[in-house]
Amino acid sequence: MTRKPLRPLARILSAREKGESTVQIEKDNIRLRHEEMRNKARGRAESRLLILSLAFFMAFGVIGGKMAVLANSEPAEPRHAATGSPILSQRADITDRNGRILATNLQTHALYAQPEQMVDPAYAVTELLKIFPDINAERLLADFTGTRTFLWVRRQISPEQMQMVHDIGEPGLLFGPREMRLYPNGAIAAHILGGASYGREGVSAAEVIGVAGTELYFDDYLRDPVHEGAPLILSIDLTVQAAMEEVLYDGMRLMNAKGATGIIMDVQTGEILAMASLPDFDPNDRPAVPITGDQSDSPLFNRALQGVYELGSVFKVFAAAQALDLGLVNPSTMIDTQGPIRWGRHRINDFHPLGPTLSTTDVIVESSNVGTAHLALMIGVERQQEFLGQLGLLVPTELEMIEASTGRPQLPPNWSELSLMTISYGHGLSASPLHLAQAYATIANGGMRVSPTLERQSAPQQGERVISERTSRQVLSILRQVVTHGTASFGEVPGYEVGGKTGTADKPREGGGGYYDDRVIATFGAVFPTDDPRYVVVVTLDEPVETSGPRPRRTAGWTAVPVAAELIRRTAPLLGLRPNEEGRHVDGVIPVAQR
Amino acid sequence: MRGLLFTSMALLVMGLAFWAYQENYRTQDAIKQVRGLHSELADARGRLGMLRAEWAYQNRPDRLRELARLNYDRLGLMPILPGAFGAIADVPVRPPELGPISGTIELSSEGLIAPTGQEEPL
Repeated sequence: MTRKPLRPLARILSAREKGESTVQIEKDNIRLRHEEMRNKARGRAESRLLILSLAFFMAFGVIGGKMAVLANSEPAEPRHAATGSPILSQRADITDRNGRILATNLQTHALYAQPEQMVDPAYAVTELLKIFPDINAERLLADFTGTRTFLWVRRQISPEQMQMVHDIGEPGLLFGPREMRLYPNGAIAAHILGGASYGREGVSAAEVIGVAGTELYFDDYLRDPVHEGAPLILSIDLTVQAAMEEVLYDGMRLMNAKGATGIIMDVQTGEILAMASLPDFDPNDRPAVPITGDQSDSPLFNRALQGVYELGSVFKVFAAAQALDLGLVNPSTMIDTQGPIRWGRHRINDFHPLGPTLSTTDVIVESSNVGTAHLALMIGVERQQEFLGQLGLLVPTELEMIEASTGRPQLPPNWSELSLMTISYGHGLSASPLHLAQAYATIANGGMRVSPTLERQSAPQQGERVISERTSRQVLSILRQVVTHGTASFGEVPGYEVGGKTGTADKPREGGGGYYDDRVIATFGAVFPTDDPRYVVVVTLDEPVETSGPRPRRTAGWTAVPVAAELIRRTAPLLGLRPNEEGRHVDGVIPVAQR
Repeated sequence: MRGLLFTSMALLVMGLAFWAYQENYRTQDAIKQVRGLHSELADARGRLGMLRAEWAYQNRPDRLRELARLNYDRLGLMPILPGAFGAIADVPVRPPELGPISGTIELSSEGLIAPTGQEEPL
């Protein structure tokens, strides 16, 4: 590049000739040069700014364009990405502890109609009536010929029915895919599973939502695609559950009871291995909730959780356990059993007179109300409240079922000294059979708190200590004696060292005002084997009456206990529990398969 | 020199374009194949789910109990009870093994009857 000289010779010479200053020329030229440099720099800066702004404009344009594309395009699964397993069903299976299916899904179809597209509605209705006899033909024809543009005909149809509908050849009858919740075992574990139904429905899919039980409690878990279809594993053992329901049903019929409850709970882990409430229902065809009448008469009512009853003498164990644990008595301390105790206008008396005194052990073994009331008086109101609270008898259980929170124990409004005494033998405080199982499990688990759970566990629970291990052993020994020579003598199962306590409570009248004379709740809470407690069994019969003798017998020893004994005899081997020597040599080895 | 560079560059670009074209189609084929496999997998899983449901339904305790009852004569199945547990002592002791046959064993043909079709005794 050629530079312009600051002092061009021609101009200098001519200036000198004229006698002018040459400095001015130089200054002018410097100024001109600076102006030129400035213009150049500005031009460059302007072009840079332009390029930069263009670049930003393009960058933002690309981002904006991509956003617009994303907003307006249909979402698609990235098919070419290496995904593990495509999610198949929208709801995970539920299995028992050994992986046997309790609830699964089945692909079916829903049948819907678009009357506008129909060729011959009358013919379609007559043909549909042949396939689905319970259809309301007149109403359907009115719908088909009316103004409706869309209607569901059937929510679920089988493949055979679908083919038959196809064969009608009506273009206005269409199918939408549906996932159907299937409970292959029918009514077994019905209350635990609850049931499912459709939520929001569309033509191409419908939401399956849980309506009760674990289906509702674990609804979010079951529908969460994060688990990639991994099943929900419950603590239930299907075989034990089935055996229990069979025994309970037979027992309920034999004892002429209107309802029955059974619970088998693992003492160490708190797992519920089986839990049933009869009468039950088929979750595949869940009955409607009754609008009128007593809710507790509906098969939907889960007596094990929601059946909050006064359970009677089974509570005496708690008074004895606390008195032993506090060191107020030892198993052989003599307790006053001379009745009746008078408190205001109330009298506490025994079922039949038991003499002036009995040892603490015999108070429980002979089930003395008076003796237990004396134990309670030693304990006092505050300590009793605290102890029953530690056993979890004052709040709803924390079982993973939606109904658990409705099983709220009914406490006396005013926990007086009378309440103290009546609660000690199981009146005045209502709790569910599951509460009882939980409390018995805590006592049997060496005194460490156990909470019932429906999820399969891999390790024992580490609960807080409620009573000492020594007290736990003493109480188990008393429970064992109740079976060997007490009120629960029918509870003996050779080989399994059953210990337990009976309870017979009169049912309160619905309208209030006293109790029925001839309606009872018979309960048996059992632990086996007492030398190394593994399982707690609770059997409750609602209004049982045993009529083999000359007079009808309603006490738990005659009703609930034999049922519980048969239950233990049937389920203990299924639980893999070996009987001790005594049990094995009853009648030699029975071959399970005879040939 | 420059001409040669330009020519080789142009050839290189054309070659790359050809490669990219082919690669594009191969990728699309692969995606199509994966899509097919995925739908096959989904079908297989659907069938599997159906079979598992069927298995669970056929093995439901009520049905097995009824079948065991109906076939009691042939199978003799009954519920497992405490007596089904045996002790080691209940297992019969294995009989002592017989030693090898070392000596001669006397055989007699007296009284044997010839198989049919043969006239004379053996």
